[in-house]
Amino acid sequence: MRTKNLQPANPLLEGKGMAKFKNRLARDWQLYVLLLLPLAFVFIFKYAAYPGLRIAFMNYKPARGYAGSTWVGFDIFRKIFRDADFLRALKNSMMFNFLDLIVGFPVPIILALLLNELRFPRFKKLSQTILYLPHFLSWVIIASVAYQVFRPDTGLLNIVLKNAGLIENGIPFLTEKNHWAATYLLMAVWQNMGWGSIIYLAAMTGISPELYEAATVDGASRLRRIWHVTLPGIKATMVTLLILNLGRIMGSNFERLSAFGNVNVREYQYQLAVYIYEKGLAGGNFSNATAVGLIQSFVGFLLVLSADRFAKGLGEGGLI
Amino acid sequence: MSSIYSKAEKPRQGGLNRVRVSDVIIAIIILILCATCILPFLHIASKSISSNTAVLAKSVYLLPKQVNFDAYASIFRDGQLTYSMGYSIVVTLLFTLIGMVVTICAAYPLSRSLLKGRRVFSLIILFTLYFNAGIIPEYLLFKQLGLINTMWVLILPLSFSPYNMLIMRTYLESTIPESLYEAAYLDGASHFQMLSRVTLPLSKPILATLSLFYAVGRWNAYADARYFITRKALQPIQYLLSNMVLSSGADAISLAEGAAVTSTPEVLQAATVMFATLPILLIYPFIQKHFVKGVMVGAVKG
Repeated sequence: MRTKNLQPANPLLEGKGMAKFKNRLARDWQLYVLLLLPLAFVFIFKYAAYPGLRIAFMNYKPARGYAGSTWVGFDIFRKIFRDADFLRALKNSMMFNFLDLIVGFPVPIILALLLNELRFPRFKKLSQTILYLPHFLSWVIIASVAYQVFRPDTGLLNIVLKNAGLIENGIPFLTEKNHWAATYLLMAVWQNMGWGSIIYLAAMTGISPELYEAATVDGASRLRRIWHVTLPGIKATMVTLLILNLGRIMGSNFERLSAFGNVNVREYQYQLAVYIYEKGLAGGNFSNATAVGLIQSFVGFLLVLSADRFAKGLGEGGLI
Repeated sequence: MSSIYSKAEKPRQGGLNRVRVSDVIIAIIILILCATCILPFLHIASKSISSNTAVLAKSVYLLPKQVNFDAYASIFRDGQLTYSMGYSIVVTLLFTLIGMVVTICAAYPLSRSLLKGRRVFSLIILFTLYFNAGIIPEYLLFKQLGLINTMWVLILPLSFSPYNMLIMRTYLESTIPESLYEAAYLDGASHFQMLSRVTLPLSKPILATLSLFYAVGRWNAYADARYFITRKALQPIQYLLSNMVLSSGADAISLAEGAAVTSTPEVLQAATVMFATLPILLIYPFIQKHFVKGVMVGAVKG
């Protein structure tokens, strides 16, 4: 037992300056040894990639490597902002992320409110189990489900609607761009609603039952109790999650886009992740793709930082 | 389990215990939402074991017609998907194991307030969560490291998730009282011993939860396979699936000639989707009860 002969035995160490430092090190060296492994991982696989960002400021060709490339300053960025493809991808990304936020943010809250009000405990437990499931499925599976249900001629929903005589021809849920946009957004809502509700349900368990009792004694209806007790009780959580989501406005999910993509909806499907993949890895234009990735990361980082500031300003404790 | 479910169990209404109209409406809404999560899979499962004629006649809804397992038989004969499933299981297990070891090595020291430099180490690790180098610099790095077109490119780069580390750190900080560590310290325990005898036995819920997160994350991801792997034998099942089921036209499903496929693409596609979803559908109900609590404690402050 290495620490046994350490003086003093109290975890709060005494001594000053060098002596204190030595004592700390003698006591805690194992903590630093443990930290070596995760630090090695982030340095080898994350930090070591940052120098590659200089490609965004170079005229880089994969065949020539760094040595054969020249510095071009901000030329790449100037070029990108005149590139119609990039502008379209940027516009689409921001539009769809914004729609994701508007459509997707309130649903888990509403679902959590409903689950919180649900009276039948066994049914509640079972339904939670079922509602969390889509979160654990990949985008391929989710898109496959969408194809099985929404295809114009063989999709379950279209068959049912046709048989019921409600429609003549199948609705092009996946092949007409506006229908596609709705399907694309709603599938994500469907995937996330159950899982997203957990955090609100957790916040709701923190609300004192006395508040509900007091509201009931005052004759408050169910809706009024939700409005005046439950919602204020989860306000902090809502603010935190809203800010976190705002930080993702420049994000782009390649798996989701490629799983749902097809030639008919390319106009909307062409978002930043698609741009980066097609121009960069597939097209060999490494400098452009790196520059776009850098813009994404930089804006995302700024958004998270300001969100953190903002949350701390509101007294919500911050995110980082 | 208790806290999340307990509220509804004690009637909030004093003595008023009868079921009201609004209760029924809420139950119906929840029921419909649950149906949207179950019915599609029921439909696909039924399709996958129905006859070609029934599927082509569009008469299969939620129950199979003229049950047969031809589509599954051709999947097994073809062998591509079964091989890929085995490979993906190996990758997922290694990924989860490495991820958990590294996460524990980070979360335990960073959860101890006595650690000097705690904030700096946290910042170094968490910065990578908020600032991504992007695909191209990563691609060039992995090429330098010799990872491109190996199984390890699916395992090493993503196996340590700072986000999961954050969840575990928060969990440790809020559930393990400092007094336990002090007692262990006075008994002469080293940090390694505190970790193995105090921390880990007390953090089983979060260990189970994070293992699940790592495993599911790896199992479902395939963008990195598209970016960094061109050899077919090294591609995980989800990537294969995306090629088979989705590839642009949404009806281009292909097994090898030798598989002697007798099913229509429609049935085969349903069987393929079920085959790849089955592992998750089978494991999920058993682990479901473990993760909710772990997520809640870790995430509320996260």
